[in-house]
Amino acid sequence: MLTLYKQLPNFILTTKLDELLNWCRKSSVWYMLFATACCGIELMQTGGPRCDWDRFGAVPRSTPRQSDLMIIAGTISYKMAVCTRRLYDQMPDPKYVIAMGSCANCGGLFKHSYSVLKGIDKVMPVDIYVPGCPPRPEALTDGLLKLQEKMQKEKFLRS
Amino acid sequence: MIKEKFTFAEEVKPQAGGGWYLVPADKIVEVCKTLRDDYKFDCLSCLTGIDLVDYFEVVYHLFSYSEKKPLVLKVKLEKQSSTMPSVSAIWPSANWMEREVFDLLGIKFENHPDLRRIMLPEDWAGHPLQKSYKEPEEYCGMSTKR
Repeated sequence: MLTLYKQLPNFILTTKLDELLNWCRKSSVWYMLFATACCGIELMQTGGPRCDWDRFGAVPRSTPRQSDLMIIAGTISYKMAVCTRRLYDQMPDPKYVIAMGSCANCGGLFKHSYSVLKGIDKVMPVDIYVPGCPPRPEALTDGLLKLQEKMQKEKFLRS
Repeated sequence: MIKEKFTFAEEVKPQAGGGWYLVPADKIVEVCKTLRDDYKFDCLSCLTGIDLVDYFEVVYHLFSYSEKKPLVLKVKLEKQSSTMPSVSAIWPSANWMEREVFDLLGIKFENHPDLRRIMLPEDWAGHPLQKSYKEPEEYCGMSTKR
């Protein structure tokens, strides 16, 4: 990405504007504080001091209008799916979604229920699926790193 | 004790586990009021409904804190009317539990102060714990397919 020409005086960095913008974006993934079930406990653990998402530039925001990333942490019922879609619509572009855990991926344990949505991808596009019930903080962190790789590869200006 | 007081209540004693009293639906308020006032059953710990295909059953789990004993009442309910009196005036905790039974089974409780759905969305069609419930293809444009 950023190529450092140490031989040049004053440490000049050369890069492409696309890549610089992507580097900025991926280094400040602000995720929305939003959890619907027990995956939320692991999400708190992941954002907490032991796993510390701050070191990747990911900090929680309490409003969708300041968020880049929505982590669907938990079971989504049909009643909640309507609200979740509204929250997703309130997020500014470009926005990303991580489906965390079996329930958000496909309905999981509750897939035979009459009231549970069978995967959040029926309501909104999903970038990263993290399997597990619930996923460990390491798994979710891996999901974030995968998302950052994806963001870095985007051709943001040439669309 | 209840058998002497309420002759219409039928006592059922299974081989294992605790027994219960079968009470006619139109007598339930009278029975519950007496149990609360004279027999110190001050807590309605659970009120549930069951769809037994031929009829509904509403189950009342009572508990007496001072006497330290539980009591179970059951009411058989015909599917045609599926209406019975509410006990929410006797134990306020019945309010939400009766709303839940209404929400999931469609049993209507007369004289309930606020009988509407408690968990499912307001625009939900049908009562999903009824055995005859058919899941619709979609809800609000969301597919219900697995």
